[in-house]
Amino acid sequence: MIKNINFLRKPSREKFNLFFSIGIFLFSLGLIDVTLNSLFDVNITSFFPRVLNYFTPLIFGFLGLHYLRIEFSGNKMLDKLNTNINSNWFNSILTLLIIFVLIQNIPPLLNWLIIDANFVGTTKEDCTDSGACWIFIKIWFPRLMYGLYPNTELWRINTSFIMLITLVVALFYIPIKLKKYLIIFLIFVFPFIMFNLISGGNFGLEWIETTAWGGLSLTFIISIFALILCFPIGMFLALGRRSSAPVTRYSSIGFIEFWRGVPLITVLFMASVMFPMFLPDGVYMDKLFRVIIAITLFEAAYMAEVIRGGLQALPRGQYDAAKSLGMGYWRLHMLVILPQALKLVIPGIANTFLALVKDTPLILVVGLLELVGMIDMAKTNPDWLGFATEGYVFAGILFWIICYSMSRYSQRLEKKYKTDR
Amino acid sequence: MNLISTFNKSIGNFFSSRPKFRYYLPQILTALGIVFIFAYFAYNAQVNMENRGIDFGLRFLGEEASFDIQFSLIEYSGASSYAKAYLVGLLNTILVACIGIFFATILGVIIGISRLSSNYLIAKVAEWYIEIFRNIPLLLQLFFWYFAALRALPLPKEAINFFDVAYLSVKGLYVPKFIWTNFSVFLYSIIAVIVAVVFIFKYAKKQQEQTGKQIPVFSISTSLIVLFPLLTFLIGGVSLTFEYPELKQLSQTIFNYIGGVAIIPELMALAAALSLYTATFIAECVRAGITGVGKGQKEAAASIGLTPGQILRLVVMPQALRIIIPPTTNQYLNLTKNSSLAAAIAYPDIVLVFAGTAMMQTGRAIEIVSITMLTYLSLSIVISIFMNWYNKKIAIKEK
Repeated sequence: MIKNINFLRKPSREKFNLFFSIGIFLFSLGLIDVTLNSLFDVNITSFFPRVLNYFTPLIFGFLGLHYLRIEFSGNKMLDKLNTNINSNWFNSILTLLIIFVLIQNIPPLLNWLIIDANFVGTTKEDCTDSGACWIFIKIWFPRLMYGLYPNTELWRINTSFIMLITLVVALFYIPIKLKKYLIIFLIFVFPFIMFNLISGGNFGLEWIETTAWGGLSLTFIISIFALILCFPIGMFLALGRRSSAPVTRYSSIGFIEFWRGVPLITVLFMASVMFPMFLPDGVYMDKLFRVIIAITLFEAAYMAEVIRGGLQALPRGQYDAAKSLGMGYWRLHMLVILPQALKLVIPGIANTFLALVKDTPLILVVGLLELVGMIDMAKTNPDWLGFATEGYVFAGILFWIICYSMSRYSQRLEKKYKTDR
Repeated sequence: MNLISTFNKSIGNFFSSRPKFRYYLPQILTALGIVFIFAYFAYNAQVNMENRGIDFGLRFLGEEASFDIQFSLIEYSGASSYAKAYLVGLLNTILVACIGIFFATILGVIIGISRLSSNYLIAKVAEWYIEIFRNIPLLLQLFFWYFAALRALPLPKEAINFFDVAYLSVKGLYVPKFIWTNFSVFLYSIIAVIVAVVFIFKYAKKQQEQTGKQIPVFSISTSLIVLFPLLTFLIGGVSLTFEYPELKQLSQTIFNYIGGVAIIPELMALAAALSLYTATFIAECVRAGITGVGKGQKEAAASIGLTPGQILRLVVMPQALRIIIPPTTNQYLNLTKNSSLAAAIAYPDIVLVFAGTAMMQTGRAIEIVSITMLTYLSLSIVISIFMNWYNKKIAIKEK
């Protein structure tokens, strides 16, 4: 009976059991070969010549998937598998390659990250296992979060961020009538409270130099201040770019295109070394302020383009209708155009904010140390040499969680507002 | 109270009854404001510079730079001028931007197409690649590649060997150096081939439009590209030898490769980080472009008997490119600007060489930062002009 089957022919439904079992056998042989080879360093096919040996799992898997590719087999699971990962020979090779790469790389990665990693201890010497030394992160954690801010005063940063989070969460739950006031409070009053609390200098709080600020909290401080400040500037620039008055229009275009054409690093250099030259003699401006202003102007240009997109997307009828009601320029824009335009570009605004958060680590080139900068400092500490990888992986995971959740949120908003119009 | 409202009203009347005034006044105020700010800054800068005893000007560019640059495409030594150092930095920036754009485009297109693959595993892997690399700050990725990944490479003595030709070690990638004789003949032959291929393409298109005959353009041009330069080796006296990198013992314990071309780890880390990061954005552009082509187009193409390859090449891609190119241009611009992160890992690009070392030495903050910014502005303008030209070329020509 077995003689009648041409093995290179398309596997047919009539001989389902035979093809299915041969396919499964060969496919799992390939998988087992790779697993044993990469995890236990055992080679079960070493009797083949060396060149062939390297490809045996691929050949086994390829043949196995070939025999499994039974059209309309009637088995729901198998049909689903075939359409999704095994629709033709090219797809089957890609599938195999991906599976093999995953088998080879995921276990060592997990070993390094968790299984063989060191969690208990306080010094470098406690890192005895071969995996990652998370003790490094544990010991440096306060520094990575708060920079060189004095330990006894950390509650001030914590309180201000807890207040911020509570207020933002409250924004979603309070009645719509009060919402307006809360937003005004959040934008115009709260930043000053937060700043006063963190920098101190009054109400009996100790003054803390901005050079001591750092870590992840500095990332948030810069992002929040820059976002709040860049929004109105961006709005005016966007309106200016669409204005019919040539001076306003061309100065807006010039401003926007200038900031969009230069990299942030040069802007930071400008803020840190060039800007002090432009101030009158004896006037000193804190470096952190200069950097925040620079980032604000930089992001305002991008924000302006996002908002302009929203303004352009609005139909002319909206302008005409508002004008026919006798509205002037400002009333027309504040009451009719901007509320709709801003709603349209919420995802774009979220993306700009995301870019802003991702750009903040750059401030380390002018000597301000947020999370990445602190890791850079920690890894050169003589007691903790050689843990750069742990530091970057930790920072990467933290940033990834922050940015990923933000981008998911912006995608959700995008979907929500897409159906609206 | 009454007085104030009357006052307000009278101001309102004043403005609304004079539209020209309302049109010009804000503009004049804006212009005055801008002029005032610039004048104020210029005045302060002049006072400050006078106090410090420096004069404004670009004469310092001719002075001797007296610092070394680790990696340079043109000949440079400490005795060269600041202008030369600027040129070295600029060329290094352009080099890394070109490498980054090249790899980011290839990777981005592959990932973007994979994202739409019917194979579930491939689509998922592509999606996760995008989500992971897009949401981690570029600087962090750069540091990871430079300080963690490339530092984990073996020492030159145990370098990773690629077929005895190239060696990868912690000191960088060493590849053979090409040593040409009569290189210009070879170069002219390549230019001639390119011109010939362009003519063949035009002729073939004309033939197809007029007679419907198809000329196998692809095979003809490939064979031309291979054969013609080969001929120059046989007839034109062109020859090519390789200088292979060799492991040399420099002292008791220090080994390094001598000869060949050394690609320094800074360049590798920067190119890797830039292309892996930018590829995610390009992939999203490519995906948006391909999904932007209507399903009906593909079905129509399939119904007149085109093969899947032909559908992609002749129907989908020409339309998708129109959607893909404008946002991709933006990504190229971003990559070029992001290449300035080089300064953080000491790759000698324009920011490190000019805005870093040269500024430290001369103290001319205003001139140097302005020149650096103007350089990036002009690079951005050049790229956008080129891409606008290309975009116009492939745009729909309505007759």
